[in-house]
Amino acid sequence: GGRDQDEELGIRIPRPLGQGPSRFIPEKEILQVGSEDAQMHALFADSFAALGRLDNITLVMVFHPQYLESFLKTQHYLLQMDGPLPLHYRHYIGIMAAARHQCSYLVNLHVNDFLHVGGDPKWLNGLENAPQKLQNLGELNKVLAHRPWLITKEHIEGLLKAEEHSWSLAELVHAVVLLTHYHSLASFTFGCGISPEIHCDGGHTFRPPSVSNYCICDITNGNHSVDEMPVNSAENVSVSDSFFEVEALMEKMRQLQECRDEEEASQEEMASRFEIEKRESMFVFSSDDEEVTPARAVSRHFEDTSYGYKDFSRHGMHVPTFRVQDYCWEDHGYSLVNRLYPDVGQLIDEKFHIAYNLTYNTMAMHKDVDTSMLRRAIWNYIHCMFGIRYDDYDYGEINQLLDRSFKVYIKTVVCTPEKVTKRMYDSFWRQFKHSEKVHVNLLLIEARMQAELLYALRAITRYMT
Amino acid sequence: MGKTRTTSGEGRERQRLPARRFRTTSPAALRADSVDGGSLLAPLLGLTDQAFSDCPDLADGAMEKMSRVTTALGGSVLTGRTMHCHLDAPANAISVCRDAAQVVVAGRSIFKIYAIEEEQFVEKLNLRVGRKPSLNLSCADVVWHQMDENLLATAATNGVVVTWNLGRPSRNKQDQLFTEHKRTVNKVCFHPTEAHVLLSGSQDGFMKCFDLRRKDSVSTFSGEATEAGPREWAMAGWVPVLPVLSCRILRLHHSFAHGPMQDAESTANDARESWGCPLYPLGLCSGPQAGQSESVRDVQFSIRDYFTFASTFENGNVQLWDIRRPDRCERMFTAHNGPVFCCDWHPEDRGWLATGGRDKMVKVWDMTTHRAKEMHCVQTIASVARVKWRPECRHHLATCSMMVDHNIYVWDVRRPFVPAAMFEEHRDVTTGIAWRHPHDPSFLLSGSKDSSLCQHLFRDASQPVERANPEGLCYGLFGDLAFAAKESLVAAESGRKPYTGDRRHPIFFKRKLDPAEPFAGLASSALSVFETEPGGGGMRWFVDTAERYALAGRPLAELCDHNAKVARELGRNQVAQTWTMLRIIYCSPGLVPTANLNHSVGKGGSCGLPLMNSFNLKDMAPGLGSETRLDRSKGDARSDTVLLDSSATLITNEDNEETEGSDVPADYLLGDVEGEEDELYLLDPEHAHPEDPECVLPQEAFPLRHEIVDTPPGPEHLQDKADSPHVSGSEADVASLAPVDSSFSLLSVSHALYDSRLPPDFFGVLVRDMLHFYAEQGDVQMAVSVLIVLGERVRKDIDEQTQEHWYTSYIDLLQRFRLWNVSNEVVKLSTSRAVSCLNQASTTLHVNCSHCKRPMSSRGWVCDRCHRCASMCAVCHHVVKGLFVWCQGCSHGGHLQHIMKWLEGSSHCPAGCGHLCEYS
Repeated sequence: GGRDQDEELGIRIPRPLGQGPSRFIPEKEILQVGSEDAQMHALFADSFAALGRLDNITLVMVFHPQYLESFLKTQHYLLQMDGPLPLHYRHYIGIMAAARHQCSYLVNLHVNDFLHVGGDPKWLNGLENAPQKLQNLGELNKVLAHRPWLITKEHIEGLLKAEEHSWSLAELVHAVVLLTHYHSLASFTFGCGISPEIHCDGGHTFRPPSVSNYCICDITNGNHSVDEMPVNSAENVSVSDSFFEVEALMEKMRQLQECRDEEEASQEEMASRFEIEKRESMFVFSSDDEEVTPARAVSRHFEDTSYGYKDFSRHGMHVPTFRVQDYCWEDHGYSLVNRLYPDVGQLIDEKFHIAYNLTYNTMAMHKDVDTSMLRRAIWNYIHCMFGIRYDDYDYGEINQLLDRSFKVYIKTVVCTPEKVTKRMYDSFWRQFKHSEKVHVNLLLIEARMQAELLYALRAITRYMT
Repeated sequence: MGKTRTTSGEGRERQRLPARRFRTTSPAALRADSVDGGSLLAPLLGLTDQAFSDCPDLADGAMEKMSRVTTALGGSVLTGRTMHCHLDAPANAISVCRDAAQVVVAGRSIFKIYAIEEEQFVEKLNLRVGRKPSLNLSCADVVWHQMDENLLATAATNGVVVTWNLGRPSRNKQDQLFTEHKRTVNKVCFHPTEAHVLLSGSQDGFMKCFDLRRKDSVSTFSGEATEAGPREWAMAGWVPVLPVLSCRILRLHHSFAHGPMQDAESTANDARESWGCPLYPLGLCSGPQAGQSESVRDVQFSIRDYFTFASTFENGNVQLWDIRRPDRCERMFTAHNGPVFCCDWHPEDRGWLATGGRDKMVKVWDMTTHRAKEMHCVQTIASVARVKWRPECRHHLATCSMMVDHNIYVWDVRRPFVPAAMFEEHRDVTTGIAWRHPHDPSFLLSGSKDSSLCQHLFRDASQPVERANPEGLCYGLFGDLAFAAKESLVAAESGRKPYTGDRRHPIFFKRKLDPAEPFAGLASSALSVFETEPGGGGMRWFVDTAERYALAGRPLAELCDHNAKVARELGRNQVAQTWTMLRIIYCSPGLVPTANLNHSVGKGGSCGLPLMNSFNLKDMAPGLGSETRLDRSKGDARSDTVLLDSSATLITNEDNEETEGSDVPADYLLGDVEGEEDELYLLDPEHAHPEDPECVLPQEAFPLRHEIVDTPPGPEHLQDKADSPHVSGSEADVASLAPVDSSFSLLSVSHALYDSRLPPDFFGVLVRDMLHFYAEQGDVQMAVSVLIVLGERVRKDIDEQTQEHWYTSYIDLLQRFRLWNVSNEVVKLSTSRAVSCLNQASTTLHVNCSHCKRPMSSRGWVCDRCHRCASMCAVCHHVVKGLFVWCQGCSHGGHLQHIMKWLEGSSHCPAGCGHLCEYS
């Protein structure tokens, strides 16, 4: 009866599309709202109080409540607390950053927020409609997202000395932190296949109920079966295979641990291992060029497809080596951020620490495993792709621990997140739990954020000295 | 003055004495000897054994002797000048040879020794040999042994510790390579008196002690040891000290004051037992600790306690270790928020340790007490990368930063706000600092990321104190005035003191100068405080006014009347008058009957205006010269009598008489500058002549008044009326008559305008000037109150910034007086965006649990720890979110409304505790 009335009133009722917060993770695996424990509940409450919604990112990240807490605190501070940039600028920068990766999910969320805090809707028609000051940031956004090693102090100088459109140092640091945060978050969104929110484009449908009932049941059920059947069958077929995968990985870790002291590679060998890993990471790409999810209206306005990570790698440009012992987050980056944008350095520092040290000592079905070696390999592999080198790391370990399908996934999530497919997500670490795959994503996004920050902050430091 | 070389050579000879003596006590073979398997630990053992036999006297005695001898060396004078030389690459660390004539510079791609000569640095040796660049040569730290001129150690970024022997005949001086650390080594440190003991601290969270006569480390210390306990550490796979050594050491315990003894002994026993267990290789089963180890940022041997060293960690902790006991640290405390980058033991004071952290602080700890006590804290402007005590200056230390700030500062820890000296030579961050000689305070060497090596002379340092402005001035809340100025200035002007401080008392504080302090006196000031007279009340009127004024919620006329009444009751008649005037101006005449007007003045007579005059004048005259409440109250009394009078002229005369006959001496009124100014204020606002205030002399004021009186197009008779008292006033030649005059004339003017019904806009300028006038006078309260009450009517006439300025000043004042409610009301009523957003900032309220006293962070009303609701209402048993009222007798309470209601019906506590609660 109610529906009839509404229809008579001409109200169209949206219906949810999709099967939960993530397209990759079956809904039943994800925590249901209402069944969370006290800590998670408190997090949900905080998130809802801060954002006025409980978004799908939160629902997926809650696999790791300890991290989620730090993440939400940081994001809340960046977007809503005291800071040098006005509120609508912050959301607009978020839109700019997310649009670099055609992440319509984040763009849509922040378009709403942008309008909510009184932003000018005209700006949404593209960067050229925004104030000159924000337009100037476009170049940094582009370089930061795809080739952060190219950032020089001239970029910084250009932003800081643009007469009436100048950025102040504090504003710039705020903007840089926002950009890197949203680049990484876009990686997470694609890496975990976050579904659109129900109130955003692509999150609902207005089809008449009768038709949609039929269609959605059909499509979703069909999808479910299409999605899950092959996976199941694949699992059945290769269950021993993938079981062996985990065992092999653990065996490798054990071996590395034991022979680390004995077999000492020469210096040249160590150096070349890094270079090899760096070079190879350029060519690690999924062979299947599946089509990208169509960009939403808004994000289309911000696109500049002429500039992307892939273009660069095809040209085989050389990535210079950045030595972390000369400029690292703990000693240098932190101090700079905290100086120019107080408290944020502390928050990000905590977030990095939690992400890097997070472990449950489990690997798939195994318990009490020291995963620090594996986590360090993942972290350093990402930094390696950005040319960041740790003097005290043997890059040979990466090849031992990360297999090709995993590398493909990492590479795609970090560099071209919009190209991530469910197949990629499913094909690495097949025996591992979804929560572990989300854990991997957390490592990926934090390592990426730190890499981008290091380059940007080093340029700022160079400008200042 | 002898040449450096010869004298220092002689000193060296003497300096070596104790070392030699020390060596002879050690039966160990020389370093060149190969280690025979039978006595793996023989070298170190022999040493500790020996030390043990006459411990503590020997170790301490030897050290003391050494320091005495080296002090003697200080007699020789180093010479040199401020100079720098260019390096090929950025430096990461520097270290000085004990002869004070050579310095080693190490970095990612540099490792060289320079000779320090009179005029320049001369490159002496390049230790980076070999064609292939090796990460082993990428140095994070370097240290030169303070006893052996040929011995150096470096820490490499890839985790290798390398020792160098300059005595080797070949080009390659590399001696030994220790590859035990898995991560970057941040710091290496030689034992100050023991030739073969080297300590390293690494990113992997371990500290290792090496005996240079052996191929690998003697003992390993873990930052987690205290948490892990003895059994775990053995399983975590470090090389433990052999039980034999431990047993011997056990007996040594009496020589160490640190740590409770029983405790230590039992742990050692545990440790011995655990050696029975097979050692697990550092494998997958070693548990979660492996990933959580905190990186070691600095390790430093104590200079005076033979067995002690300190280590600092990335998580802000500092640990104190006994080199013989790797199982657990002697002591641990959190020194900084965030990483502790560096530490340095005081060269003379046994217990002092300086630490520097990322939190931009340098702290000095006294380690002799049971708990480390923070003695001093210096707040710098950037993270502290290195800290080094200055030789021979007990309270001085040098610091440099690894980010943003390129200068080197020397601080006197007792004066933590301004550095004693500053070296500004470097163009990029300074990475290493070292005092050239352990007993010469004037030479500092530094290496920097800008690829340069500098020698700084203390006498060439810039002294920030010279640029400091040691003058300061501040008003206290109650009108007290304090100012600090250079003593010379104060002395020069002290002659004027009695003049300004008429009834106020200056109190002088003078800092006693320390003649030992080189910069004392440069920036020292004398502080003087002027108090208002006790009992003067000071700002009472301000508080009362703020509390009683009505600013909104009623019609304008009522607000004005109310505020006028408040002002009058407080004896501030000028202000009261202003409010009344505002009402006349802005409330349409039709709405304000004359009777009402009269009433407002407190008199129901037929002629309202003269009455107002009289009232005004009566009040101001006494208010003028008087500064004490006594005088004021007298004025009030007089005005009261005047109010009862009905004739204006009569009052004027009376007033004249009164003034002349008053006990306030006439010469005081004339002579007091403030009094004269007051008169001008009275003139100024009401005549709307903002350009007047420059006139300070009463003689000039009179002609001005004439002009003003003439200008308004008022009826003739009124002007006459106004003139007459003026004449009498000038004849009387008493300054206090001036206001009489002015108020008269102005009132007549306004009356005339009121009659002709000019629109309120006409007064815009006038009112604006009036507000400015009050604000200039310091009565920002009046300015803001009027601004709020009049709202739109005047706002457009005053520019935004001024309004904002007034608002913030007033709010600041209100908050100083803790008038939070009023301040909040003002914020709420303000229209300025910058002001009204004050209410939006820091709106978070932090609550502590009433049971466990812990902050309730995540959820506002339920404590995570004790799972209780914070504050329950005793009546409805729900959580109180908002105003909570409780009985101070039995501490039960609840919702304000509920408790009020309850107590209406019962006098017992609603919680049933039997207490008789009282609600007042």
